[in-house]
Amino acid sequence: MVHDLYQEIILDHSKRPRNCHPMDDATRKAEGYNPLCGDKLKLFLKMEGDIVKDVSFVGSGCAISTASASLMTESLKGKTRDEALKLLDKFHELLTTDAAVREDLGKLVVFCGVRDYPARVKCATLAWHTLKSALTNPDEPVVSTE
Amino acid sequence: MSTLTNQIAAGFDAVFDVAKIREDFPVLKQNIHGRPLVYLDSAATAQKPFAVIDAIRRFHEVDCANIHRGVHELSQRSTAAYEETRVKARRFLNSKTKNELIFVRGTTEGINLVSSSWGRKNVKAGDEIVISAMEHHSNIVPWQMLCEEKDAKLRVIPMNDRGELLLEEYEKLLNPRTRMVAVAHVSNALGTINPVQQIIQMAHKAGALALIDGAQAVPHMKVDVQALDADFYTFSGHKIFGPTGIGVLYGKTRLLNAMPPYQGGGDMIRTVTFEKTTYNDVPYKFEAGTPNIAGGIGMGAAFDYMAQIGIDQIAAYEHELLAYGTEALSQIPGLRLIGTAREKASVLSFVMEGIHPHDIGTVLDKQGIAVRTGHHCAQPVMDWFGVPATTRASLAFYNTAAEIDALVAGIQKVKEIFS
Repeated sequence: MVHDLYQEIILDHSKRPRNCHPMDDATRKAEGYNPLCGDKLKLFLKMEGDIVKDVSFVGSGCAISTASASLMTESLKGKTRDEALKLLDKFHELLTTDAAVREDLGKLVVFCGVRDYPARVKCATLAWHTLKSALTNPDEPVVSTE
Repeated sequence: MSTLTNQIAAGFDAVFDVAKIREDFPVLKQNIHGRPLVYLDSAATAQKPFAVIDAIRRFHEVDCANIHRGVHELSQRSTAAYEETRVKARRFLNSKTKNELIFVRGTTEGINLVSSSWGRKNVKAGDEIVISAMEHHSNIVPWQMLCEEKDAKLRVIPMNDRGELLLEEYEKLLNPRTRMVAVAHVSNALGTINPVQQIIQMAHKAGALALIDGAQAVPHMKVDVQALDADFYTFSGHKIFGPTGIGVLYGKTRLLNAMPPYQGGGDMIRTVTFEKTTYNDVPYKFEAGTPNIAGGIGMGAAFDYMAQIGIDQIAAYEHELLAYGTEALSQIPGLRLIGTAREKASVLSFVMEGIHPHDIGTVLDKQGIAVRTGHHCAQPVMDWFGVPATTRASLAFYNTAAEIDALVAGIQKVKEIFS
C-alpha cells in the first residue's frame, strides 16, 4: 500500500524538514534541479578540512525529495568526504537494486519503498546528486537529474 | 455524492451511453493496485477502441506490404487502405482536397515541418513570429530555433489569471514584420479553448500566416479548417484514439506547393539522377521514406470510430462532464484549479496547498487513478501561475461522473495522508 512509500518518518521530515535554511558561512554550495517535477534544491556545506561540519538546504519539492534532503543532512554531519560519497553509493543501491537492505544506512532505510516506484527514484536522489556535485565540484554547479 | 449530482450524473450518462462506449475500450477493463482503473490522462494519450486495435492487427495479418511501390496485390491493398485514411482525414478537418493533408509522426513533427520548410524559406532577419503564453514546448522550441537561425524575433501573446489570451495585447504585437502566428487551439495544461478563428483573422489582416496546434482540440470538438481559414493545422493520431507515431499536418495547397521538401528520400521524388532530383507533388513531396503504414490505417479506423459516435455528441457529453468535475473539485478546501477560462475543454489542472503534485499522483495511482503530474511540457505556463507543476485530470468521452467521484475521494485520501 501507499504507506510503504510514505512512511511516518518520511511524512514527518517532509512536513518539518530539518536543517532547512540557508547558510551564510558555507564553504561549498550546489544547486540541484529536477526538470521533470520542477523540484529545486540548494545545498550548503561547511567543510572543516575533510569533515562535513555542517550541512543545510533550501528548496521546494515533493514529500519524497524534501524528506530525502532533510534526512540526508542529518546523516552527513561529522562524516568525511569519502564517507559521505560512500553513503551516497549505498543510498543509490537501496533505491535502484534489489540488493538486501544494508543495516548501516540508519534512518535512510525508510526510503527502501521507493524502489517499487521507479518514477520517484529521481525525487529521492536529487539531494544526493546535489551533494555529489558540491563535494566534487566547488564552483556552484547546477546539477540536473535529467 | 449528493442526490442532485446523482440526478445530473444519471441524466447525462443516460443520454450518452457511456457504459456501452466503455465496452469498446479493452484497456479500461482492468484493476490497478486492486482498484478499477480510472483513466484521467487522455490529454497525454487517449485509449484505443477495438476498432483501431483490430484495424492495425488486420493490416499486419492480412494486408502487410509497403505502399506506393509494388504492383502486387498486397501492396495495392495496403496502399489503398493507407490512402483511404487521407480521404477520412479530409472529412475530419473539412479541407478542400485530400492532398492538403500530410502524414507526419504527430503534432510535433507537423510544427517542425512548417518551421523548417516554410520558415527557412520565408523568415528573414528582423521578422517576427508570434506564439502564445500557453503553448506546449512543441509550439515554442521549433520557432525559437528558427528565430535563432534567422535572427528573427519571437513575440508572446500574454494571458490573464483565468488562462485566457489577451486579444488586445495580441493586436499590439501584430505589425508588418509579423510572418507567422502559431497558437494552440486548446491548451494542454489549462484546457482553454482559444478563439482561433479570430486569431487567424487578425493574423491575416496583418499579412501574416497562422498555424494552429490542434492536438488537444480535435478529440473534443468539430474542426473545420476552411471555416477557420487556417493556413496550417496539425494534430496527433494518438490523441484521437488512434496509435502513436502518426498524425496530420494540413496546409493550404498554394503554401505547400511553394515550400521546399522537409526531408529527402524515397517516395518524395519524381526522378532522381546524380545531377538533379525533381520532387513529387504534395502531399508526397513531404513524405520521404516508408511511412507508419499501420499507424495510418489505425488512425483511419479512429476517424471512423469518432464519426460513428458523433463529434457533437462527444462535445456535449464532455461539456457536462467537465462542468461536473469543475464543480466537484472547486468544493475541495485547499484545492486551486489552474486554468479557469470561460471556454474550456477536457482539462482539470489543479494544485493543492502544501502538497506536491507528484505525491498527489502517486497516492491517486495507488487507488487506480491515472492522472498526469508535472509541467505538462508547458513550463512557461507553470512559471506564469507561479507553480512548479500541477496535477492534471483530463477527460475523454469514455469517462464517467462516477470516475470524477472516485477522483474526489482519491484527493480526500491525499489530504488525509499529507495534512
